[in-house]
Amino acid sequence: MSLTLSASVIVQGVLTGLVYGLMALGLSVIFGIVRVVNFAHGEFAVLAMYIAYLLFFWLKLDPFLAALPIAALFFGVGYLLQRALINSFVARAEHDQFILMVGLAIVLVNGCLMIFGPEARHAELSYSLDSWLAGPLIIDAVRVYAAIGSLVVALMLLAFFRLTDTGTAIRACADNRLAAAIVGLDTRRLYALTFGLGLACVGAAGAMQTAIIDPNPSLAPGMTLLAFTVVIVGGLGSLIGALFAGILIGVAEALSSLVMAPSMKSLASFAVLVLVLVLRPQGLFGKGG
Amino acid sequence: MSRSGPHFGAARVDRRTLLLAGTTLSLATLAAPPATRAQAKSLRVASLLPRSGFLAPAGQSCHRGALAAQALLTDLGHAIEIVHIDTESNVETARTQAERAINEGAQALVGPFESGAALAIAQVCEQRKVPFIVNIAAAPQLTEQGYQFLVRNFQTGGQLVANGLKLIASLLDAQKLSYQSAVFLHANDTFGTAQRGAMDALFPKANLPFKLLDSIAYDPRAQDLSVEVTRLRSLSPDIVMVVTRAGDAVKLVRDMVRQRFEPKAIISPGSPGLYDEEFFQTLGPLSDFMIYNVPWVNPKSAMTSALEKAFAKANPSNRFAVDCLNAGFTFEAFLIAADAFKRAGTSNGPELMAAIRASNITEHVMTGGPITFDAKGQNPNIASVSVQNIKRTPTVVLPADIATTAPVMPMPGWQGRS
Repeated sequence: MSLTLSASVIVQGVLTGLVYGLMALGLSVIFGIVRVVNFAHGEFAVLAMYIAYLLFFWLKLDPFLAALPIAALFFGVGYLLQRALINSFVARAEHDQFILMVGLAIVLVNGCLMIFGPEARHAELSYSLDSWLAGPLIIDAVRVYAAIGSLVVALMLLAFFRLTDTGTAIRACADNRLAAAIVGLDTRRLYALTFGLGLACVGAAGAMQTAIIDPNPSLAPGMTLLAFTVVIVGGLGSLIGALFAGILIGVAEALSSLVMAPSMKSLASFAVLVLVLVLRPQGLFGKGG
Repeated sequence: MSRSGPHFGAARVDRRTLLLAGTTLSLATLAAPPATRAQAKSLRVASLLPRSGFLAPAGQSCHRGALAAQALLTDLGHAIEIVHIDTESNVETARTQAERAINEGAQALVGPFESGAALAIAQVCEQRKVPFIVNIAAAPQLTEQGYQFLVRNFQTGGQLVANGLKLIASLLDAQKLSYQSAVFLHANDTFGTAQRGAMDALFPKANLPFKLLDSIAYDPRAQDLSVEVTRLRSLSPDIVMVVTRAGDAVKLVRDMVRQRFEPKAIISPGSPGLYDEEFFQTLGPLSDFMIYNVPWVNPKSAMTSALEKAFAKANPSNRFAVDCLNAGFTFEAFLIAADAFKRAGTSNGPELMAAIRASNITEHVMTGGPITFDAKGQNPNIASVSVQNIKRTPTVVLPADIATTAPVMPMPGWQGRS
């Protein structure tokens, strides 16, 4: 195995991993704070991909630019969804939440199937097949753009939670909902904001992914599963953890493709998941206890 | 007739008795086993295809053939009613939908494009004694496990690969090319794995003028194939032999372009993916010059022309040239059922199956000899041809007697195509 080949594969793993991390950010935010597991995560991502595709098809809007309006739209959808529907399930049993979110997922994916059909749609970007030579390495342009996008979204989220009053209030809610309510925080509004933020992340991630993957309803369950793997490995609710775990899984998949067989990629990601669950059940960046 | 007077039989027939007898007769008729209802005027056939999920492009393509089949078979005087069912690209769904179709009155099943689903449906049909005609599915075990209620009108994986490799040799001979090396890249699903088995067994015996450097399995549902292409690039073969599905063929070409990897030929020794409409629409000029050695419609058959017309009427926005393999084999599966029903005069499962196994249909659409079945239920008379994408249209390039143009080899580079 040549050094160049290994280096190429690792670079691809890192870039793919950052995109995985971006996909998982929204799930991490929602679960970490609202404590509702969004089983419709992949379906929302696919919906965002289709909206990005339509914006490109109708207005020639680049998916990386479309990420902004789609994130704003998804923020609104998430806010309303939490206030109107999900909030009444927050204190209910996990299986009730599970059925609600899976039901939502089924509606979304079948809606996409009815509107767009089963075939993949393609946004033909002028640079979608571009690559750069870095010595002996060839680096895909769109994956680099998506990786940069992931980092920007993660930094913006971190800044929001660390530097703003609303972010601090949301973190207080995540730590102790009852205490937050006692000191006068409007927990229902804060949860709705958080769900909105989580869906905004999913919207941005989905839009940016349109440049890499063709939207197709059958992508959704795989995306949900991958996001779960990343979030559990990184630690529930940890944004840094989600990004780091995304990279870890991306590199593990890429290296396993090289050392074993490409068809063993999923085995590598689940092996990482099992290892983390055994050795550090709270995840790499999760809080213990 | 008075109550006390003499009467025939054991009971008098009053209104209450008549009502009771009528109800009993109706219930008995409804509850009777299918054999007593077998003298049907038309044959009800369930079309089980993956019209959603990751196999949907191919499933939809087959479905368009099923839509055309209903009209054409009716025109040809066959009494057939086709019921369309989606297997969702899921083996378990295929199994449950097969059960449901039979429960709802299907007297024969056709489908399902995919070997895993075909194996699941075969078990149901065997238990229920309902004929199952496989339109497209290549896993050898389908006709090796002694199923009595299954026939396959498609090549096995071994036949596809053997014929595909022979045609690769013919292509190189015809173009006077001497390529040195190849890599075999295949999906790791039931079909792809069966093709890998056939390749491992047949390549060493095929005496081809190039060396097989490696065989690489990949997950057709993977989000990209960048690592697979990186491995390919590091091996730098002249020929990439592929067994793809639909979306993964698109991903493969994209990653080859991104990584500036330009093999001299991309050839499928018998698989879909490279001729799906999605492939042409998504890749445009980059879809050109791919070659696939597969069974194809015989352009010189009168029935092919009739199917093409029925296809155009049923599916005005789709191209028969692109769908013809899937549509052709799907049509033929219904033709086999309808022809057997006409000869047997019954929809009773065992009798209909005996008629299907005795088929000898000379007028049909796919290349090769008449449709017949051997003792295992396999049609041994299906031929392969070499087809190349030229100006986004599948074009037959070998054998010379039915070719419409000469093959373009080596494949032009990715840049500068129009």
